[in-house]
Amino acid sequence: MPDAVIPAGSSNHVAAFQRARGEMLRQKRIQTLIFIAVFLVCLVVAVIAGQFSVGALIEGLPKTTTYIEKLLPTLRRESLSADIFEWYWNIGKWLNLLAETLLMAFFATLLGTISAFLLSFPASSNLAANHQVYFVTRRFLEISRSVPDLVYALVFVFAWGLGPLAGILALAIHTMGASGKLFADVNENIDSNPIDGVRAVGGNWIKIIRFAVVPQVLPAFVSYTLWRFEINVRTATVLGFVGAGGIGYELYTDIRLNYYEDVSAILLIIVVAVVCIDMICEEIRHRMIGKEFLR
Amino acid sequence: MTLRMVAITDMDIRSARQLMPRVFFRPLFERVLAWFGWAAFAGLLMYCAVRFDFSPIRISNGADELGIIAGLMFPPATGGNIDLFLLGIAETVAMAFLGTLIGSIFAFPLGFLAAKNIISARFFHFSVRRVFDALRGIDVFIWALIFVSAYGLGPMAGILAIAISDIGTLSKLFSEAIENVDRKQTEGVKAAGGNQVKIVRFGVLPQVLPVMLSSALYMFESNIRSATILGIVGAGGIGLLLSDRIRANVWDQSCFIIILIVITVYAIDLLSKKLRERLIGSGR
Repeated sequence: MPDAVIPAGSSNHVAAFQRARGEMLRQKRIQTLIFIAVFLVCLVVAVIAGQFSVGALIEGLPKTTTYIEKLLPTLRRESLSADIFEWYWNIGKWLNLLAETLLMAFFATLLGTISAFLLSFPASSNLAANHQVYFVTRRFLEISRSVPDLVYALVFVFAWGLGPLAGILALAIHTMGASGKLFADVNENIDSNPIDGVRAVGGNWIKIIRFAVVPQVLPAFVSYTLWRFEINVRTATVLGFVGAGGIGYELYTDIRLNYYEDVSAILLIIVVAVVCIDMICEEIRHRMIGKEFLR
Repeated sequence: MTLRMVAITDMDIRSARQLMPRVFFRPLFERVLAWFGWAAFAGLLMYCAVRFDFSPIRISNGADELGIIAGLMFPPATGGNIDLFLLGIAETVAMAFLGTLIGSIFAFPLGFLAAKNIISARFFHFSVRRVFDALRGIDVFIWALIFVSAYGLGPMAGILAIAISDIGTLSKLFSEAIENVDRKQTEGVKAAGGNQVKIVRFGVLPQVLPVMLSSALYMFESNIRSATILGIVGAGGIGLLLSDRIRANVWDQSCFIIILIVITVYAIDLLSKKLRERLIGSGR
């Protein structure tokens, strides 16, 4: 509406404006009401389907607080070091398991990222040889990432036996699917001039990828990979729940057998490790921004 | 059309070398450092391969086993349990919905508490952020196991597990959204004589609400994925049915459940994406 031509104070226009505004408000109100109604229906259905009840929640609350109280270790001021020593009586084993967990995440991220890197080029519409290749690779990546990693782990434990190998492969497959899609999306958004340039001087497909695509996409790939590593560290801590290696199995048995102080000790180790990894990855990412040493 | 290329002479190369020496030659120290970095990386890799017994023979043996399992998975079958499976899916979606809702309700005030521009006490800000980190640092699966110990088996444990880990994530996202608000609007309300409550209501909320809803929806999508597997530790949902069938080697029904999970995840993603696009569109 060209409001510049409306003479100030013209009652006609003010009335028209008020009418239009009233109409808009009314429509918005109806929309909000519909939204609230749909939301309430969803809520009621969810409460029924999820067997949720505020009564049970309140009833369980004291149980939760006593559980948390039991988790807290007995640390006395006069014998603090001895108490901490007793709390972390099994520190050697736990640190070893933590190392295994982190290595599993590292190894799986690496395997998955390499596969994702290789598959991301045929999965980008601007680089794939033809539509069939593009379609098949994209669907393959989709299947790899849409099955939860713990389901893969559950199945792989049957194929490769209990232990970290099943967990690593499960994480790697999920990483391949998730990162592969993100990588391919990055590939599709690159500047096409360098591609034309390499093609013009007679470069083949490999050369195009190496000299025209990779330098453009590598910083984004590294950033996504670090992010995926953070996620994989978290997941690796629970892979042990299904017997696929790492600190999770120890935690699982301790929770099941109600070794409260061991549970809190392991939880603290995990939290510290995860927060440290997050901070390190954040730092690397910050350093990368602005610095273009990866090109 | 004729193309004439200007040949590059030695002079050009020399002047380029003078202008940007590091493009042509990196100092020895830097190269050694990089070399050490790669060596350490390769060493770590070798160590992983040995420690995890990552040998081609073992991989291929397992792959053979996996092939047998995959053969047993097809064709997928319901085994007459389709109602049970669909109920499980409904329970899963309900768990994710309620968990996200409870998490968002708690995260809303906490997000304001943790935002630098609302409460500027530095130490307070730091400690609240660390609490969120701890909540997020513990995987939702671990929370589920803990709540199963406290509340017993069932979807309640799953709902609470999702809610708790969402409080950590969403509070952080919400506080970041609040910290990124455009100050012009808050200053405008202040200039018109609004108090702190009015500044938040008319200056901050209209800006952050769409972002908050959008991140809550995003978490809902992610929670659907978690909720499908929380049942493995007994916290309700389709995961229990799946892990039971996998452990009993009923592979055709397992495969059917996996397909159901994938379809559900797709459908929710699609729905949530549509909703998010609308929210962001109307918010701006």
